[in-house]
Amino acid sequence: MEKIAFQKIYTKITRVTKATCTLHAKDVGYEEMAVVGDRLAQVVKIIGDEVTLQVFKGTEGIPTNSEVVFLSRPPMLTVGDELAGRFFNAYGQPIDGGPEIGGEERPIGGPSVNPVKREQPSQLIATGIAGIDLNNTLVTGQKIPFFADPDQPYNQVMAMVALRAEVDKIILGGMGLTHDDYLFYKQVFDNAGALDRIISFVNTTEDPPVERLLVPDMALAAAEYFAADKNEKVLVLLTDMTLYADALSIVSNRMDQIPSKDSMPGSLYSDLAKIYEKAVQFPAGGSITIIAVTTLSGGDITHAIPDNTGYITEGQLFLRRDTDIGKVIVDPFRSLSRLKQLVIGTQTRADHPQVMNTAIRLYADAANARTKLENGFDLTEYDQRTMQFAREYSSTLLAIDINIQITEMLNTAWELFRKYFRREELGIKQELVDKYF
Amino acid sequence: MNFQLNTQSMREGNVTMGKVAGIVANLVHIEVDGPVHQNEICYIHLGSIRLMAEVIKVQDQFTYAQVFESTRGLRVGAHVEFTGHMLEVTLGPGILSKNYDGLQNDLDRMEAIFLQRGEYTYPLNEDVLWQFTPLAVPGQTVTGGDWLGEVTENWMKHRIMVPFTMTDTYTVKQMVAAGTYRIHDLIATLEDRSGRLSQVTMVQKWPVKIPIRAFREKIRPFRVLETGVRCIDTLNPITEGGTGFIPGPFGCGKTVLQHALSRQAEADMVIVAACGERANEVVEIFKEFPELTDARTGRKLKERTTIIANTSNMPVAAREASVYTAMTIAEYYRCMGHKILLLADSTSRWAQALREMSNRMEELPGPDAFPMDLPAIISNFYARAGYVILNNGITGSITFIGTVSPAGGNLKEPVTESTKKVARSFYALSQQRADSKRYPAIDPIDSYSKYLEYPEVKKYFDENISEEWLDQVTRLKDLLIRGKEAYEQINILGDDGVPMDYHIRYWKSEVIDFIILQQDAFDKVDASTPIERQKYLMEKILNICSMEFTFENFEEVNPYFKRLINVLKQMNYSEFRSDAFNGFEKELDIILSERLN
Repeated sequence: MEKIAFQKIYTKITRVTKATCTLHAKDVGYEEMAVVGDRLAQVVKIIGDEVTLQVFKGTEGIPTNSEVVFLSRPPMLTVGDELAGRFFNAYGQPIDGGPEIGGEERPIGGPSVNPVKREQPSQLIATGIAGIDLNNTLVTGQKIPFFADPDQPYNQVMAMVALRAEVDKIILGGMGLTHDDYLFYKQVFDNAGALDRIISFVNTTEDPPVERLLVPDMALAAAEYFAADKNEKVLVLLTDMTLYADALSIVSNRMDQIPSKDSMPGSLYSDLAKIYEKAVQFPAGGSITIIAVTTLSGGDITHAIPDNTGYITEGQLFLRRDTDIGKVIVDPFRSLSRLKQLVIGTQTRADHPQVMNTAIRLYADAANARTKLENGFDLTEYDQRTMQFAREYSSTLLAIDINIQITEMLNTAWELFRKYFRREELGIKQELVDKYF
Repeated sequence: MNFQLNTQSMREGNVTMGKVAGIVANLVHIEVDGPVHQNEICYIHLGSIRLMAEVIKVQDQFTYAQVFESTRGLRVGAHVEFTGHMLEVTLGPGILSKNYDGLQNDLDRMEAIFLQRGEYTYPLNEDVLWQFTPLAVPGQTVTGGDWLGEVTENWMKHRIMVPFTMTDTYTVKQMVAAGTYRIHDLIATLEDRSGRLSQVTMVQKWPVKIPIRAFREKIRPFRVLETGVRCIDTLNPITEGGTGFIPGPFGCGKTVLQHALSRQAEADMVIVAACGERANEVVEIFKEFPELTDARTGRKLKERTTIIANTSNMPVAAREASVYTAMTIAEYYRCMGHKILLLADSTSRWAQALREMSNRMEELPGPDAFPMDLPAIISNFYARAGYVILNNGITGSITFIGTVSPAGGNLKEPVTESTKKVARSFYALSQQRADSKRYPAIDPIDSYSKYLEYPEVKKYFDENISEEWLDQVTRLKDLLIRGKEAYEQINILGDDGVPMDYHIRYWKSEVIDFIILQQDAFDKVDASTPIERQKYLMEKILNICSMEFTFENFEEVNPYFKRLINVLKQMNYSEFRSDAFNGFEKELDIILSERLN
């Protein structure tokens, strides 16, 4: 590891916990990096001359007399165009066997953008998936997670979205990724011939959990380089944020902090917001869009992690298996893109907002009809029609394997309206009905 | 921020200094060489920059301060200077239309795209010349908050007042003549009872944690504040000087509702405190308000709006300060006789900031790890709103609406419960309504407004809307409850298992839901409904609900009411009394006559 000559070496650690160690040292800066033996660490607490270090790799086997050197700098990432196409670990060191990166070193976890200097997100990101483009349109500068149970194909959907989206760079921040999923991403990106616009920071399940805490900041420091310095459109994929939050709770627990809901640290909201709020549309044209994954436990969104995430992000996407058509769909009820209002009906056709809402309302009517049916009641003729509509809506628009243009999605929706409903059952503005029905 | 301008230091003479002795995130332990005050502001030196911090605890040899910035790189031994002042805001002409951070730094004056640590900008423009008109004359007796003169800020009268810190009585010794002056120019000279002279400019300072009480009395609110949102105005109105809160899980439209209120509410000035929420939402206000026109005044919305932005990624400690900064600015303008609407989104983030600090100070936690005094902090804050009569008999008001983001959407959590004890109107956002896209998702049955019980408000309705209004509101709510009951029965017993009457009752409540409760915040016409039109709707819908419809079988009920709702919806989308509107109204009468005996 990097050690610089003439630096003071400390050799007396006075306290060791599973994730931290404490020693007496002078003239140490807060959040400064250090090396304990051969492991990287960061200053998390200073009281007088007693300095507590968070050891990323964990403290297993650390002797109380191991050498500790302070590096006089916060965690840094070397940024440059050479980042493109490369794979790194949580410290920003190459893991693909390629050469070291040359370029400017920048501190990660830097300051936030002045809100008055932000632009309003305004460019639609088309994915071809109607469950997203039609019902939950994505916009550059947005941050949105997939809320998914571990058994759902969120990594596949995310990879698909990333490759279809028209962006200049895709940055993958993998936290606690299984080795198989890591290889999956590598292969998909490779097959798509897209490797040269992809940068990956990966912490797999084989790596120590506390290291994960560096991954989002590394990925976003790289994103800021391309978006702010190079005015590029950058898409950041963060998977899985639940594992990131788990690592936060490990550290706060070791620091004797009082846990709040679900054993999570009281600062969880701020910790997550610092990451997600890096999503931005810069005035010069560059942008950072964040698509994340938050895995749920049994679909429970009231757990502290998805709950805090939902308050921070601009919507959320739910995947669900529709047993009627035997496919995975983007759930129209629980999914939401808050920024869609900025583009639908203006960058897309004027009937988009009303078509979207009406289709979802009719789909909800179908869900009610289904409940009736399950309770053993007779269905009205209207109920029958909504159920037929729902089935076709699900298979021709909501299924994630659909890949069509937005105008085509709208036309398909009108076609279904015509097929199953009368115009007064739609509740759509007269002028639009006259034009498209 | 400059603290030496015109408030006096809490300690004369000696300046206290200190050295950093410990750092845990943004909590810094300081060893001091002299007296310090609780909540005193100090600056910590870090290289060439100074980080602003506030004293929050003193224990034995250590003073604990929360730093309003990141402490990265800070070292033990760093030099600290104490200012002798609490956190103060600078009050004077030019606050309107500004975009501030939680510490009242002018965000537009910061050059860089990224916020730089230790960069503090003066909140007012010191070079602008204001056209000043004196209101007081030499010889007059005045006290803190009395008007000495006025300037015109955008379109509002901005009164220049005797500084609130001057609580004694004074004689006006000298007044400058009408003319143009800068904010720091001398406006008046006042003499106290012992003959000491004080010079007054257009600027004064006030500590944010202390309420401004420069008025004669606070009275019970009586006038309804029109918001244009039907399910608020019609069903559960808020009053001028009233308090309300909007709890709701994420995705239920809290923010859309707050934005609608900030655009449409009938107030002289709107202060939006974006407290720990998404930056893009604030950007929306930054970009749209300069373009949107206020229907009442014809001026741009930005002209009546001040934004205090401490978004979720900005330093946590400044989040708490931001709501106080916003409230103090509101109190300042209320003392000028204006009607202020203060919106805070979200008060839960502020409570979480308190929790983070309490946790770092290793205090014993209360419920959900929030500090024990959270209910007291919240109720003291809400109590700063209100309708006041100033010393000169003129009235002013602060209407405060806060949002609450309950963890897991569970309303039995400390912030919601504490707020429920103090806020008088309650707008419960329902996940179920949001899921079925029934926006605004305010639950009509769970929500309430205590103001409906006020005799003062009843009198206001009698005189300004109609004497039947309150009865009509009650009838509307009853119809909704009966409709909900009918719906539950239908679900249990099945469509053909209930009498026809149940179907009709349910569908009548659906008419109320679709036509009065639901409102399209993104439609030009439907977004805001003036009270006159709400009165029309109330009468129209109650009339329909009192009609006796006849159907052969229940299968006819659903399509019939769908047609009815469709036409009424088209009316909501049309300009009131326009040709299109009148056309749909005729169509409605035809549909109604079909089923009447």
